[in-house]
Amino acid sequence: MNKDKRLKKRHAREKRLKFYGITSICIALMMLFTLLSSITLNGYTAMQQAYIPLKIIVPGEKLLNSDGEVDAQKALLFNWDSKVKKAFRTNFPEVKSRSDKKELNRLISSNSGYDVKQFFIKNVDAFDNERVIWITASDDVDQYLKGRFNTNISEEDRRLTNKQLNWIDRMRSEGLVKLKFNKNFFTSADSREPESSGILGAVVGSALTMFVTVLLSLPLAVMASIYLEYFAKPSRLTDFIEVNINNLAAVPSIVFGLLGLSLFLSFFGLPRSVPLVGGMVLALMTIPTVIIATRASIRAVPPSIKDAALGLGASKMQAAFHHVVPLAMPGILTGTIIGIAQALGESAPLLMIGMVAFIIDVPSSFTSPATALPVQIFMWADSAERAFYERSSLAIMFLVVFLIMVNLVAVILRRKFEKKW
Amino acid sequence: MKNKFETENVVVHYGTKIAIDNISLNIEANNITSLIGPSGCGKSTFLRCLNRMNDTIDGCSVSGKLLLDNEDIYSDEIDPVDLRAKVGMVFQKPNPFPKSIFENIAYGPKIHGLAKSKAELNDIVLQSLERAGLIDEVRDRLHDSATGLSGGQQQRICIARAIAVNPEVILMDEPCSALDPIATAVIEELLDQLSKDFTIVIVTHSMAQAARVSTKTAFFHLGKLVEFGETQKIFTNPEEEKTQNYITGRIG
Amino acid sequence: MTFLILTFSLIAFSSVSYLVCRNRVLYKIKVTKTASKSLPKHYSQNLLIWSFVPAFILLLLLTIGTPRLLDGLYSERIAEAHPHFSLAEIQLNLSKVKNIVAGAVSSDEDSVNIIAGEFASSSQNFEILKSLSTILLCMLCSIIFIKNIDLSKNARESVENFLQGAFLVAAIFAILTTVAIIVSLSVEAIRFFSLYNFFDFIFGLHWAPNIAIREDQVAAQGSFGMIPVLLGTIVVATIAMFVALPIGLFSAIYLAEFASKPVRDIIKPILEILAGIPTVVYGYFAALTAAPFFRDLGAGLGISVSSESAIAAGSVMGIMIIPFISSLSDDVIRSVPQSLRDGSYGLGATQAETITKVVLPAALPGLVGAFLLAVSRAIGETMIVVMAAGLSAKLTVNPLETVTTVTVQIVSLLTGDTEFDDIKTLSAFGLGLALFTFTLLLNVLALTISRRLAERYD
Repeated sequence: MNKDKRLKKRHAREKRLKFYGITSICIALMMLFTLLSSITLNGYTAMQQAYIPLKIIVPGEKLLNSDGEVDAQKALLFNWDSKVKKAFRTNFPEVKSRSDKKELNRLISSNSGYDVKQFFIKNVDAFDNERVIWITASDDVDQYLKGRFNTNISEEDRRLTNKQLNWIDRMRSEGLVKLKFNKNFFTSADSREPESSGILGAVVGSALTMFVTVLLSLPLAVMASIYLEYFAKPSRLTDFIEVNINNLAAVPSIVFGLLGLSLFLSFFGLPRSVPLVGGMVLALMTIPTVIIATRASIRAVPPSIKDAALGLGASKMQAAFHHVVPLAMPGILTGTIIGIAQALGESAPLLMIGMVAFIIDVPSSFTSPATALPVQIFMWADSAERAFYERSSLAIMFLVVFLIMVNLVAVILRRKFEKKW
Repeated sequence: MKNKFETENVVVHYGTKIAIDNISLNIEANNITSLIGPSGCGKSTFLRCLNRMNDTIDGCSVSGKLLLDNEDIYSDEIDPVDLRAKVGMVFQKPNPFPKSIFENIAYGPKIHGLAKSKAELNDIVLQSLERAGLIDEVRDRLHDSATGLSGGQQQRICIARAIAVNPEVILMDEPCSALDPIATAVIEELLDQLSKDFTIVIVTHSMAQAARVSTKTAFFHLGKLVEFGETQKIFTNPEEEKTQNYITGRIG
Repeated sequence: MTFLILTFSLIAFSSVSYLVCRNRVLYKIKVTKTASKSLPKHYSQNLLIWSFVPAFILLLLLTIGTPRLLDGLYSERIAEAHPHFSLAEIQLNLSKVKNIVAGAVSSDEDSVNIIAGEFASSSQNFEILKSLSTILLCMLCSIIFIKNIDLSKNARESVENFLQGAFLVAAIFAILTTVAIIVSLSVEAIRFFSLYNFFDFIFGLHWAPNIAIREDQVAAQGSFGMIPVLLGTIVVATIAMFVALPIGLFSAIYLAEFASKPVRDIIKPILEILAGIPTVVYGYFAALTAAPFFRDLGAGLGISVSSESAIAAGSVMGIMIIPFISSLSDDVIRSVPQSLRDGSYGLGATQAETITKVVLPAALPGLVGAFLLAVSRAIGETMIVVMAAGLSAKLTVNPLETVTTVTVQIVSLLTGDTEFDDIKTLSAFGLGLALFTFTLLLNVLALTISRRLAERYD
């Protein structure tokens, strides 16, 4: 029957539409899965790092002063590098020629002299005894042990020669190199050498920046929202303010970076690369988002509550601060958290104001040069050395897990305090 | 007279809440039946069972026997889409689609493939408008937006839209509650005309309206059917005390 | 550092005077035995405003002003000492002096060291002056205020008027931000256009900021025709929208119309996670996973795909925009009143017919708005393209080739060690102004269209 056929066709169309929908969602979920898994697969190995045990004796007389403390001048002049290299080479007595020694030296991190020095400065009683210190191997050794080193290309194009590879294999079988927990990643700032670089500097930089952002954006956004919801009369000015807020929420973040560069750096002469300016720029970017969320939650409080307060003779300001704002607080906080989470992941504006510099020290104040975690990820991903990619991935894992947790807090907060009026 | 709908022991749950409880009611063909009762008594719920509009609400479950021309409308073989083409519906608030008047009326015939050609579709639209008594008011602006019409006109567009599908039954859920008295009068007159061709079931909160337009009236209270019979009898000489109380305004 | 210390001391002083004022008001009420117009705390709040705010504003002004004043003074001083110095040399000397004062470098030139010494002492004097003047102002205001407390005045009202004014200023801040963006971009862009012809910039087909076209060119060091850059931006954004629009829209339709509540409750937060991932992560994914994937895929098929292909950057950008489109569209679709759906079902329409013929047409303005906002986002997206797209500006629409975008160029022009007045730096502001203008138009259009929808169903 014609009618039945038609009906069947109509239902087929319905199934098709549903199928498209499910397929789209599956694609989106698959993409999320691919993204997260590729990053995890790239990054989880950075939790470990190749370390080499070093038997070393440092004579105390050369370094200690009369009080039994390490003399700074002496420590500076002492040749730690050669000490470390010599100690390392004792495992390879057969290596005699200059060029072989040089090749062998490349297996340990070029920062290990510094690391050993730091160890002895902290442990004064370690002098004069044979100590075993675990120093970091060079990033190439590290990558080779993790199976990320491509040995199929010709020897000249490789960063490790066949001789070096043999040494590493021997060290591995004799327990002279081991993958251990990567402490540096959590305790140090950036470095030229992948094996000594860490995220601490970037994390502290991000924290300082976010502190400034919250401090500036939260009060300004809440004040503006209260004004717009409570005191503003419908007028051209109010309308214009609203258009501005909605537009600013959609302005590309890099434009805020340009604003920061020309207003804060070149006009006001504030220093480059500092968390203070970064925080100010991100605050400008975050304020519209927070205002939109705050206004929505203020509007969700029924007007009857305000009317009740006004009816008891409270002023508008009292009605707002005693009743409406406390009731809207969970919504305001959720909006702020989401805005801050967005700012925390932002990097483009920070590039504009110079927070993309190579900084070895953990920043100590709002006006000391710093970088931020997303920018650190960018810099490592952009670098030439394979070992940095791995660290970039691990840094991403921490950033994403942290952001998901922050968002979860926001969701829980909203669910918990959400009131049905 | 022949029964269009026969229902027996109909129970509707919304989640765990019982909305209507054990209703048995027969509706005669080519007649107007009103369902009255205080708000929340289940009259709209019952109406929405008759063309399975309740299917679109989450957590709503219907049990009992509901027969349309001796066919169980809740059986698996019945396609709700097909059923609703036979049992049309007009809602409380006029809800024309945000399209032109023509498109509004043509929508049903188009999706059901009732017209073979453009000319035929045109005919259906004009005829439906005529039967809804609207043709003179909108003849010149068929392609204007339907949302620009007055409330009463919008509601008659919705009626014309339902007629255009050529249903057997038209369900009306308080069709005049959002309208002024004059528009209401126009629609009531229209109902009278339409009852010649269609079976009409109307839910109304206005007892006067039920008395004016319907031949049979059912009184619902707290999800139960209290009394069902000839309209005249219900309004002049009800058997139940509750009905008496309601029509005299003591409960409501 | 002094700024923070001074701010805290201002807070401390104001708090003390708050307490003093409170006692004084209570005492006055007791002595005169008259009821005050407002509660005692309102008078004290009023004092708090008067003692803190003017002093704080003064502190802000001085903190911003002193470095510039010192700069001005000492450039003059250097110019006097070395009359033959050019402006750039003076600047250089000044920054050297500042570095010496900061202890970062040392110099063996006596004249520089002398100036550095003077600089250090005068900046110290300025600091002392700053501290004294702000704290004095704070105390002075407090004393005058406490002396003149008038219990017949409505202190609550003045506090609230002040707050309301402050709130208005906060709201106007949004306008100020926009103005600041426009002014700062325009000022730099105008300086750029004084060095480089405006029409050559807008319509030029050649973008090569690093290469001089002719040897004898005076002002320009490169060619700044923005068309290839713009074209690249459009190519990447188009690819992104091809990925994001169908997937985002169909996801939204499914979530809003078909999905049961539990499914919705699971899928929506997951999509929100996708939306919350920082763009730098997508950039990493595009550069290190997607780009090699497309290159190898092309190699497998015998097509040459650039390792910085537009398609890699564009499709990853598309993934990033999916949740943006789906959540906006979801909201729009759900804002279509249920009564329209009922009307359609009541006529015997299937769900698919209801969606495609009633719900989507009714939601169309909102959907168009969402689409425009997504395009604006794709155009302004920075990190993905910086990491995965190229730098060379080719006049091509081939998605398999390397293209560059406006944002990539801005970043590459401004992150090097360039001088601020350099034409390359200035050209970045020209691009920035173009970017801001495009996105502004898109945003305003999107907002106007969506607002119309909101009005229709309110």
